[in-house]
Amino acid sequence: MDFGPYLFLATLEGAVGAAVLALTAVGLSLVFGVMRVVNVAHGEFFMLGAVLAWWVATTVGGHPALGFGVALLVAPVLVAGIAAAVDMTVLKRIEYDPERTIVATIGLLYILQQVTLMTYGPDARPVEPPFNARLALPWVEWAEGGLRMYWPWGLSTTSYKLAVIGAAVVVLLGVWALMARTRIGLLMRATQLDREMALAFGIPVERIYALVFGLGAGLAALGAVLVVPIQQAHYLMGADPLLLSFIVVIIGGLGSLPGTVLAAVLIGLSDGIISVFFSPTLAKILATLLVALVLVFRPRGLFGAQAV
Amino acid sequence: MTDRMTSTPTRRGAIKTLGAGAAAASLPLWARYAQAQTSAPVKVGFQVHSTGIGAAYGRWYDRTTQAAVAKINAEGGINGRMLEIVAEDDGTDPKRGAEVLEKFANQHGCDVGFGTLFSHVVIGSAPRAGELKLPYFVVSEGHHVASGMLNRYTLQPGITDVKSQVQAMAPYVAKTLGKKVTMIFPDFAFGHDHRDYFTAAMDAQGGEVLAQIAIPPTETSFTKYFPKIPRDTEVLYHVMVGPAVLTFVKELGEFFGPSRPEIFGFIDSLEAVDIASPGLEFLEGTYFWEGNPRYAQADQTEYDKAYRAAVGVDDNGASVSDPKDISTYAHMFGCWETLHVIKAGMEAAGYAGPGDRAALIEAVEAMTEMPHSFEHPQGAKVFNGKTHQVFGHQYISRVEAGRLNVVHKTSIKDTLYSDEVDYTTQSF
Amino acid sequence: MSDLRKSLVLHGGVLVLLFGLQFVLPAYHHGVVARVMVMASYAIGYNVLFGYTGLLSLGHAMFFAAGMYGMGLTVGVLGTAPALAFGVVAGALLAAVVGALALRTAGVAFMIVTLMFAQAGYLTILYFGTYTRGDEGFVIPQAQRVLGAVDLSDPANRYFAALALFALCLMVSLRLVHTSFGRVLIAIRENEERARMLGYNVFARKWAAVVISGTLSAAAGAFYGLLFGYAGASFAGVQYSIFPLLWVLLGGAGTVLGPLVGTLFMFYLIDLSSGVTSAYMLIAGVALVLLTLFAQQGLMGEVRARVWRWLP
Repeated sequence: MDFGPYLFLATLEGAVGAAVLALTAVGLSLVFGVMRVVNVAHGEFFMLGAVLAWWVATTVGGHPALGFGVALLVAPVLVAGIAAAVDMTVLKRIEYDPERTIVATIGLLYILQQVTLMTYGPDARPVEPPFNARLALPWVEWAEGGLRMYWPWGLSTTSYKLAVIGAAVVVLLGVWALMARTRIGLLMRATQLDREMALAFGIPVERIYALVFGLGAGLAALGAVLVVPIQQAHYLMGADPLLLSFIVVIIGGLGSLPGTVLAAVLIGLSDGIISVFFSPTLAKILATLLVALVLVFRPRGLFGAQAV
Repeated sequence: MTDRMTSTPTRRGAIKTLGAGAAAASLPLWARYAQAQTSAPVKVGFQVHSTGIGAAYGRWYDRTTQAAVAKINAEGGINGRMLEIVAEDDGTDPKRGAEVLEKFANQHGCDVGFGTLFSHVVIGSAPRAGELKLPYFVVSEGHHVASGMLNRYTLQPGITDVKSQVQAMAPYVAKTLGKKVTMIFPDFAFGHDHRDYFTAAMDAQGGEVLAQIAIPPTETSFTKYFPKIPRDTEVLYHVMVGPAVLTFVKELGEFFGPSRPEIFGFIDSLEAVDIASPGLEFLEGTYFWEGNPRYAQADQTEYDKAYRAAVGVDDNGASVSDPKDISTYAHMFGCWETLHVIKAGMEAAGYAGPGDRAALIEAVEAMTEMPHSFEHPQGAKVFNGKTHQVFGHQYISRVEAGRLNVVHKTSIKDTLYSDEVDYTTQSF
Repeated sequence: MSDLRKSLVLHGGVLVLLFGLQFVLPAYHHGVVARVMVMASYAIGYNVLFGYTGLLSLGHAMFFAAGMYGMGLTVGVLGTAPALAFGVVAGALLAAVVGALALRTAGVAFMIVTLMFAQAGYLTILYFGTYTRGDEGFVIPQAQRVLGAVDLSDPANRYFAALALFALCLMVSLRLVHTSFGRVLIAIRENEERARMLGYNVFARKWAAVVISGTLSAAAGAFYGLLFGYAGASFAGVQYSIFPLLWVLLGGAGTVLGPLVGTLFMFYLIDLSSGVTSAYMLIAGVALVLLTLFAQQGLMGEVRARVWRWLP
């Protein structure tokens, strides 16, 4: 494939990854920012979203779009409910102590994985996309007498992948509106800025925390439902999104939602584009080191104002 | 292999034997071994991948093993002793694998260790097997045994290794599918074995590998790598493993659209996966290596039929109780056959207890021909006692109307290569 | 008795107990304790940084693996003792470089930077699969596992070597908390600003802590490879960075004995529950959650809070 179309294809692929990553990472960023705790089980909430999506889609049956549509609503809500319950029964009782939260969420990670293995099993299972047309894409090149449009071999995407990007944008705008334009968003931001002060002003911080933890997990689950027709639901699928979300949240600057989204786009795209130039594993090594060095020389992240 | 020691006990006899075994278990250690000669069960420590990345395989390895044990015990056990499986999860992790072997040898008093699939678990556990002097029968298809890396206590008598499988494919690929090949494989040892052995075998066939595309093991999306496939590729050779394979195949289909090269893959990619899954329609007309044909063929042997029934697998390679539960049919026969090799070896050696472990290994090393039978339902095999590795037929199948039909069966000769080690020169 | 003396008696007693245990333990547990001592040495290394200095690293597997591969890849060329030393030095050098870079960050960013470096290290092992055999790993032949005239693949010798390593790490750790250097580390953990205002070069001390921690971890990795005859990439994965954190938190961060207690506890928790049910991860998970609820400072931390206030 020529260089131009190849780069375009890699960028498109990167954009799909970035879209899903943005949702998952914004969820983690909310929890991180407002509650100041590291949720190691965040990736497992992602996994739960995918597994529940499979379960809902198979139970509903009928046209793929129907099952998928129901899953899109039900799975994130269920996951959010589970997360909120965990917050109230465990995290609240250990008073959100950063270190103990890490151990507790590692424990939660084991529990969720094992329960999924015992009920859903070890297989990777696909969910049928609601629509999935292959779209060949054109490219332009200089030929004698000016620009010429042609259809390069292999340059294509699917309608579903484009829809994932669109859906992620819509959801992120919704989160932004929630945070910036609603009363509950105001309470969350107040809690994030100063917990003591928020308490003093009579903000129900405990309920806000449960809400934020549920919302964060729900966003991860939503990202998973969107991705499950492209990838598959598998009980070990949570590790990668967890690592990538951590990276994105830190690079984006702690507590900065626009920063998180920008970082997700940056990391998603660079993952696609670097693979054009280097052998794949070398590309991963370089991308990983790049992230580390960005943090070393800009410890606040690229867009963050707060120290982490 | 002799049947001279085997009696065919009645049901009552078997119960009496078990009762004596239970009584023996309460005796002190030294007395137990004296008793063992006649009554205590033969204990096989089974390393299962119940959790971790190997779990889909582990479940079916377990089912096949249980079925083989039921059959062997129904036929009178080994030397008149019942076979007992002591299963422990190794989490598909080499450190835990080594610990589990210690548990078998030192705590459960197992006679042998058995059943490991994933190469890193085998390699992490094998040194301990050698030190514990525990015969260790692996079902891994890795080249680690025959490469000479391991030790005299580690054997692979139930499944051919990847070097055999890969080189046996090259003649068919070069003659029937095309001479210009591009390989896509995971960037770790298993993938590197495919890369090296297949490239060499293609050279020998006058073919050529145009490009080798290594995919990082943690990758979950693949489209971005496909433009690296040269346009004049005639055959695409793929061998992805892990939960992302469905994505891989699906994206491959979306990339090529209507115009694709011939595609040849290893069923490892799709073990435990339904060929009729949404998104896999693209595989129609492509070719697969199969260790053992998943779908019952028109010329199905009575052995395969009986083996399927014993394990509980239907004609489509799925569980009889759940048609959505697809087996790892191309690999799991290795558990069945290995347990029968253990039985034959123990009977030939007159195995009475852990003191006879060396004799058991020598008896297995002395084996050569393993005829096609109910004990070896996948096909006839030839065991090489020096390299501790077995060689057998391989199958190439084509996806036709959503099922795999065998189009070629290689000879055992195609899988042979020159010895890289002679374990029989090592002391016990 | 003074607190110092009590502490010496206790820790000396533990070492004597471990020495004596080898004569009474059944074969299986004999092997387990040997392995636990090696992994506990790794946890002690981790504890120096996390428990005493308050720096949470998620990348310690790279130091463990540096020791393991530094030893494993050179043992055929250099011989056993030099290869062992090479592994330890490799870990120390890696820690020096990573420390100098990563310590420019703090808190969660430090966690992520170490995680990233470790991930790059893991992928590097896969990338150079020609030498490392990637994820599959390689066996260290028995002939190369002989230190002087001592065959380390023999159970008794293995136990003794593991005990020697563990005793050394324990003494380093114990010595550390009684020196002014160690007290400054604790001061940094409690209040970094105040330590800086008191005139201590905080960066240099944190860097030294990273190097010590990395060196002990590498020593554990090199010993593991030598004693159990295997080096593989799974030991460089993120899981093996989380393990020491878990062991230390369970046993009690910032206690000298905590790493041993945590490692031992976690091993038997999994080993015993896996005998009962295949869902042992579930049991382990529930146990972790319960521990955070009811033993907030880890096992030894609770002992210190309730019984032995002098425990270092």
